[in-house]
Amino acid sequence: MADIRVMRDDLLPPSPSERRHLLSIADLSRDDVQRLLATARSFARSLEREMKKLPTLRGRTVVNMFYESSTRTSSSFELAAKRLSADTMSIKASGSSVDKGESLKDTALTLGAYDPDVIVIRHPQIGAAQFVAQVTRAHVVNAGDGKHQHPTQALLDLYTLQDEFGRLEGLHVAIVGDVLHSRVARSLIQALGLMGSGVTLVAPPPLLPRDVEAMGCETSTEIDAIKAADVVYVLRMQRERMQEGANYVPSLREYTARWGVTPERLRPGQKIMHPGPMNRGVEIDPRVADAADALIETQVRAGLVTRMAVLYDLLTTGPVGVRAAQLTEVA
Amino acid sequence: MLYSKAAPGENLIIRGARVLDPTENVDAVLDVRIDGGTIAELGARLDPNAHRIVEAEGLTLAPAFVDPHVHLRTPGREDEETIGSGTQAAAAGGYCAILAMPNTDPVVDSAAVLGSLIEAAEADAELPVGFLAAITKSQEGAELTEMGELADAGAAGFTDDGRPVTAPGLMRRALQYGAVTRRPLAVHCEEPTLSRDGQMHEGAVSAELGFSGYPSVAESLMVERDLSLAAYERRPIHVLHVSARESVEAVRTAQARGVEVTAEVTPHHLCLTDEAVRSLDANLKMNPPLRAADDRGALIEGLRDGTIQAVATDHAPHARHEKEAPFEAAPFGVTGLETSFAALYTHLVEPGLIPLETLLERMSTGPAAVYDLPAPKIAAGEPANLVVLDLAASRRVEEGDFRSRSANSWLLGERLTGRVRLTVAAGRVVYAA
Repeated sequence: MADIRVMRDDLLPPSPSERRHLLSIADLSRDDVQRLLATARSFARSLEREMKKLPTLRGRTVVNMFYESSTRTSSSFELAAKRLSADTMSIKASGSSVDKGESLKDTALTLGAYDPDVIVIRHPQIGAAQFVAQVTRAHVVNAGDGKHQHPTQALLDLYTLQDEFGRLEGLHVAIVGDVLHSRVARSLIQALGLMGSGVTLVAPPPLLPRDVEAMGCETSTEIDAIKAADVVYVLRMQRERMQEGANYVPSLREYTARWGVTPERLRPGQKIMHPGPMNRGVEIDPRVADAADALIETQVRAGLVTRMAVLYDLLTTGPVGVRAAQLTEVA
Repeated sequence: MLYSKAAPGENLIIRGARVLDPTENVDAVLDVRIDGGTIAELGARLDPNAHRIVEAEGLTLAPAFVDPHVHLRTPGREDEETIGSGTQAAAAGGYCAILAMPNTDPVVDSAAVLGSLIEAAEADAELPVGFLAAITKSQEGAELTEMGELADAGAAGFTDDGRPVTAPGLMRRALQYGAVTRRPLAVHCEEPTLSRDGQMHEGAVSAELGFSGYPSVAESLMVERDLSLAAYERRPIHVLHVSARESVEAVRTAQARGVEVTAEVTPHHLCLTDEAVRSLDANLKMNPPLRAADDRGALIEGLRDGTIQAVATDHAPHARHEKEAPFEAAPFGVTGLETSFAALYTHLVEPGLIPLETLLERMSTGPAAVYDLPAPKIAAGEPANLVVLDLAASRRVEEGDFRSRSANSWLLGERLTGRVRLTVAAGRVVYAA
């Protein structure tokens, strides 16, 4: 069992022969996900003990590069690394050389010169994590790159669902809200599809990406469509990504009136998830957010153990499944 | 209209190549003798007459290529390309003439800027270059340039390439007034409120990757607008770098109605689709973006049936540090002068998608006709503008091999079939390998 292996002090992780990264859910197999979830479960049990720190990654260095504001993700990565006894260092865009116009390449090379084992990066541009993987020798974890991917969020969501339902196969999840701008949605659609869950996207027409059905999900523009799901996953209305004059929806008021998740629109027993931070009263009614069926706090707790599992997995020689980043040859 | 440094024509005999000139209906193994830069004679076992001899048995000799769409980055970004480096790159690609776009810094919008470029070309250009001038001052889409004076000063045509002429009223004036220049008007078709901050083609791939989409209709809507205006004003128009099926169809329909419209297409749009963007490689970022497989099919068909007359590289050099960035942060544009023939031979001719003769015509006579330039011909009495191709040789595209100052090629690391062995432009050997 993975939990025994993890907790043996004498079993320090061997140097991996191949650089592995977690850049996108698309790079993972079903076995990879199951392995990561099992490791996360064993970490959850270890955290029930009084002494919460594990020696597993002693002597390893984890660098967090956060180019966007973040509470949950940055704090849980930092705590995850600390729980595993790794040394951590956090760089934020404001107050660093990034403010002085340093390019991502130069910042990555500078931090890479300290030979960190893992670089965790959150960046507003698609492809930033892959780019850092190409220019440094560290294992790279994508903690969100623009509207592209947020793979550890999807993994913690799978963990939460598995914990609640005891299975992922055959679950039906409705994802509601601003799918167009959501890296959380993109990662989660892929992750749920990989594990055999069904997905329905519910959004105003301009916030549904064209041809998104090709990702293997259903779509609807009617809020009633959430009723059929086991779980309603509410996305944040990302006001910061809505450009002036883009007119995706006429107003937040109209959005809330037609697509807001309220108790009246839910069926008894439906579970509610939200990646945070919530806009209470916009995409989610406060009564829904605070209801017993909300798994939102569970998600936050799952974030810690899932990120511990990701760091552990990258630095040990688990079956290779997280591909090394490379440019695919042009066909 | 074309400018290069003055150099005497050469005496040369090219022996034993398959001479292939689709326009002149030549396809035979022949010797070609060049006297003082002019093709003097085609025939079997010609007397070398003390000329330099190039043995070309097993190779193919064709009219050299004409690239109607190149960014030479001069003035303003000489770190990315100069007239010298850009024309050397063109020579290596088999070209005998190229046309440079006016979106430089400053923009080519006055006879003074154009004059300085012509002077520079007469000092540094390895092969003939023509310069297009802007339609509007600073390409800002507000006021027409002094098109008459620019034409008199030697502008090869007019375009605001890189940007659309957004206001229909101004586009109409450009078509009307442009008549006095007797030079082609070339349009970059993009409706900016639809392309917005689009990074790639809008479709299943952008949905998955999360990039803001640049939909096909952002191009085709503007193509249709410009074709309507051109039809109304009964003026010819050239559509730059078409990428979408709907644009090809609009051009074909307009041609059938008698509108004088020509169009060009790039090698990258003919060879790739938006699937390639999954690699997130910034060298796959260009405007217009790579589109879907169906669009690519329409472009190939349009090139084959003649709806599209010209292959244009849209050679767009960028500094390494600007392309070494996440896809979203990188500038639009890729290089193409040195790889165009091999890319198209490998991706279109070898798989049987278009005949070699068609490709040669669309890279040479086709683009020359669009801008009313003299067509390269393999015939006695014509100036020697020819390329010798090795269709059996293959080569990996390596950064170190480029003569361009920039290496933002979409083909890096790819093995391509078809090599340029010799380029003769305006009677001079400008490249030999």
